[in-house]
Amino acid sequence: MITFSAVAKRYRNGREALGNVSLHIPPGEMVFLTGRSGAGKSTVLKLIALLERPTRGQVLVGGENTGKLAARRIPAFRRKVGVVFQDHRLLADRPVFDNVALPLIVAGSALKEIDKRVRAALDQVGLLGSERQLPAELSVGEQQRVGIARAIVSRPPVLIADEPTGNLDPQLASEVMGLFRRLNEVGVTILVATHDLHLVRESGLREIVIENGRVAGDEGSLVLPIIEARR
Amino acid sequence: MSWLLRHVQSLLSSAGHLARAPIATLFTVVVMGMALALPLGLDVLVRNVRNATGDFSGAIGISVYLKTNVPESRAQQLLKNTRERNGVRSATLITATAALAQFRKQSGFGAALDALEDNPLPHVLAITPAAGSSDPAAIENLRRYLQSWPEVETVQLDGDWVARFNAILALLRRLLLLAAGLLGLGVVAVVGNTIRLEIQNRRAEIEVTKLVGGTNAFVRRPFLYTGALYGLLGGLCAFVVVAVALWLLAPFAQRLAQTYGSSFALQGPALRDLGILLGAGTLLGWVGAWLAAGRHLARIEPGT
Repeated sequence: MITFSAVAKRYRNGREALGNVSLHIPPGEMVFLTGRSGAGKSTVLKLIALLERPTRGQVLVGGENTGKLAARRIPAFRRKVGVVFQDHRLLADRPVFDNVALPLIVAGSALKEIDKRVRAALDQVGLLGSERQLPAELSVGEQQRVGIARAIVSRPPVLIADEPTGNLDPQLASEVMGLFRRLNEVGVTILVATHDLHLVRESGLREIVIENGRVAGDEGSLVLPIIEARR
Repeated sequence: MSWLLRHVQSLLSSAGHLARAPIATLFTVVVMGMALALPLGLDVLVRNVRNATGDFSGAIGISVYLKTNVPESRAQQLLKNTRERNGVRSATLITATAALAQFRKQSGFGAALDALEDNPLPHVLAITPAAGSSDPAAIENLRRYLQSWPEVETVQLDGDWVARFNAILALLRRLLLLAAGLLGLGVVAVVGNTIRLEIQNRRAEIEVTKLVGGTNAFVRRPFLYTGALYGLLGGLCAFVVVAVALWLLAPFAQRLAQTYGSSFALQGPALRDLGILLGAGTLLGWVGAWLAAGRHLARIEPGT
């Protein structure tokens, strides 16, 4: 589902965020991305969501080569990748319903469909009944869950999350993780960037370690030999 | 159907944004209203002046001054010739005697005139051309023809000032077009700047919308509607400003007209003007928003 082949990313200010990253995440897998701040985790996620294009190498997401996608096709591409942020990036002046509905509205879904799907997504994150509340009226954990509901409302095949538990206490964090596991069980490919090594170990899932813009470790992966062979 | 629905949604959402910041909206609308009111005001003014002067713009006359040595019998002959000529509606002869009598009566120089041995005034033919003021070439022809008679001293067009006045009105109209063009540009700039600020204020929203797959067209749409709404409201404001201004001026104009014995009344802007204003305002607002959105939206990309 997600394949990086010898990817390098240098930002316009000259900083090299990724040196040479190759990795492969098959459809339906849930993977953690760990490493220190500034190691390049966020850049990996930005390349997947096509917020950035690779300087060298190839990024394939759902069969699309992000480096070569025409600008006018970017919106359609982004609808297939759900993104969860640490700061959730909700629109403060819109109620929960409108926030969650945004991906469906931009895709031009029918009103009935929007209503149904938003409720389903809110139900999945346990916030059914909060539709008319403003984000500021919710707790931090609830806000994060609204962000997740927005990311999954259009049922994208790929979900990426940047430090989704960074602002949450351990109990809320483990709740959010449980939510991701459930989504993964229904077939969503998930990549979670996190500092929370405890959470990663506890899950027993595959962990890709990024250090200084390179893959420094890939544990629990069945496809590791393939990547080694590609190098 | 859903396409229409989405546009209606954008429109309502834009209207909601304007309504939530009433003071800022009001300022923008008033600035645009003033800019649009000026050309409309000028136009209404020119139209009124035209109306007021319409009564006598056709009253062009030609005075033919004969040489003082031309006897009255010859003058009568010339009058007859004149009346037979094409392009002359009517002609009368003001004899030197009659002219002197009238001058004596009106000027109050009776005693001074008595001191004169001879009547210094010539016979005059007063001619009203059939063409009126509408056909300067025909009048010029007539003038040349009359001038060619040996008995004629000078030919004077009494309607010269009408032609000049009409030229001034034409100049005003041209000025008005120029002003409308410049102020239209001003409106585009005002809307463009307002939309630019609005885009900056809603940066987070734009980023998130693009992030979840919103196209540039989708992101641009509410701003275009906002610009068009500003223009529409600005046009409405301009119409109200001009209507109120004329309403305030009307009694004074009437008083002035009465001193000329005229029944002239100031005409306010017509319903057609309202249509033009609303249309032009909406279009200009849309163009301003389109320019600003084109420049600034492309630069906003999520996560950079």
